[in-house]
Amino acid sequence: MLVSGPARVALKLATAAVLAFLYVPLAIIAVLSFSSSKTFAWPPPSYSLEWWRAAIHETGPRDAFVTSVKVGLAATLIALVLGALASYAVQRFKFFGRDTVSLLIVLPIALPGIVTGVALNSAFRQGGVTFGYFTLVVAHATFCIVVVFNNIVARLRRLAPNVDEASADLGADLFQTFRYVTFPLVRSALVAGGLLAFALSFDEIVVTTFTAGPGIETLPQWIFNNMFRPNQLPTVNVVAVIVIMLSIIPVYLAQRLSADPTGGLTADEDG
Amino acid sequence: MLWLGVIYLGSLGALLITSLYTTDDYTGSVVKTVSLDNFKDLVTNPTFRAVTIRTLMIAIAVTVIDLVLALPFAFFMAKVASRRTRRILAVALVLPLWASYLVKAYCWRVIFDPVSGVMKQTLGFSPGFGITAAVVVLAYLWLPYMALPIYAGLEKLPDSLLDASGDLGAGAGRTFWSVVLPLLKPSILAGAIFTFSLSIGDYITVQIVGGKAQTIGNVIYRDFGSGNLPAAAALACVPILIMVVVLLAVRRTGALDNL
Repeated sequence: MLVSGPARVALKLATAAVLAFLYVPLAIIAVLSFSSSKTFAWPPPSYSLEWWRAAIHETGPRDAFVTSVKVGLAATLIALVLGALASYAVQRFKFFGRDTVSLLIVLPIALPGIVTGVALNSAFRQGGVTFGYFTLVVAHATFCIVVVFNNIVARLRRLAPNVDEASADLGADLFQTFRYVTFPLVRSALVAGGLLAFALSFDEIVVTTFTAGPGIETLPQWIFNNMFRPNQLPTVNVVAVIVIMLSIIPVYLAQRLSADPTGGLTADEDG
Repeated sequence: MLWLGVIYLGSLGALLITSLYTTDDYTGSVVKTVSLDNFKDLVTNPTFRAVTIRTLMIAIAVTVIDLVLALPFAFFMAKVASRRTRRILAVALVLPLWASYLVKAYCWRVIFDPVSGVMKQTLGFSPGFGITAAVVVLAYLWLPYMALPIYAGLEKLPDSLLDASGDLGAGAGRTFWSVVLPLLKPSILAGAIFTFSLSIGDYITVQIVGGKAQTIGNVIYRDFGSGNLPAAAALACVPILIMVVVLLAVRRTGALDNL
């Protein structure tokens, strides 16, 4: 075939090594969460469900989780509406500065989170906005828009523009065309973008640190704040494993949604 | 569009303005007088220069490590593996991407801990917390960002090109250097932009496993925490400048469309 003998074996080994690199750390935490010891004794002296039981009764991580979900949902919703409109505008109409817009869209993902964070912080400060849920959601929506936009633009680019024209020729007005033609065609891209946006927001800590008001703690912030407290480590282990398990859900959904094995993350396939 | 335009660009503008302000030495509050002092400090202070260079080195090391790991993996996935294996590998690659960034960094903290870490207990040695640990963890975190665009690029590469190269007498290495690599360049650059930019601004990982090492991100965070917002803002312009230079250089190769 394409690749022969020794090269094939070498590739296989390299792939296996990369997989091990990716998964061994996660496995270690999973094992440690069941350890009866309070330290990182390896291998664990014995196994117990003690820390799982204790963690489930703690309110800190639970409250933080609820905060994260709330912020994530709000930011995703805003991002879906604005991202979809922006991508439609860029793809379907030619207007002054269109290329600049494409570069502009890349910026928030190309620039480090800390820059976005400091920038938003100084903007809110100068605008006299009080830090709280509102600033946090606005900040999250800003980078969520980018992923939604990217997903939809990639899909629109793949669609033949003449479906819109055909729809118009058949007598549909703009709204009908959108409702019955464009929307069903981009629906899965919308869902994939929304999932990705939510996951990004759920996981975000850098921009969060700079834009959340006092008293607001998202799940990543909770993990970060407790990671350096030796007493809290068993609970952090359990929360970490739960978060890892949760990440299976969006991957599963993305798999179901698209035939693309990477679940739409390589939306540029024929870009 | 307006959202991005107003909020994002507006924020960057505010950042620039803030960076021109100074802080009052006595009260520590921000004084709104415009001056270039913060930038003068950046250029003349040898500590800042060392931090910038260290950050750049870390970002480059991470990018190179990820490239070396991602190339064989993506190649195996796209050209050798069966359909079924390819699907499994794709999921395996994407799954850690969705798992929390902090959780992953925390996993490595448990592994690298110089006293009670898992590595110390099983292998008897550990790099401890420092630059090495930071590079490893950053490379771990951003690996999928490098592997996915490369995989997408390899998928687009027709198999017949590899066959043709083989038929013309090229060995595996030659085919790779002269056929695959040049065609993959946009994908590699796209991946490299991700790993590079993500590494350059990171401060969380460095805080978690980096020990005493300082990067641009850490210093920004520290200045910010101590209330010296103008200095933090001025320093934040450094990664912006670096990324703009990188993006402009890369734009000419057309890799931006692959982001």
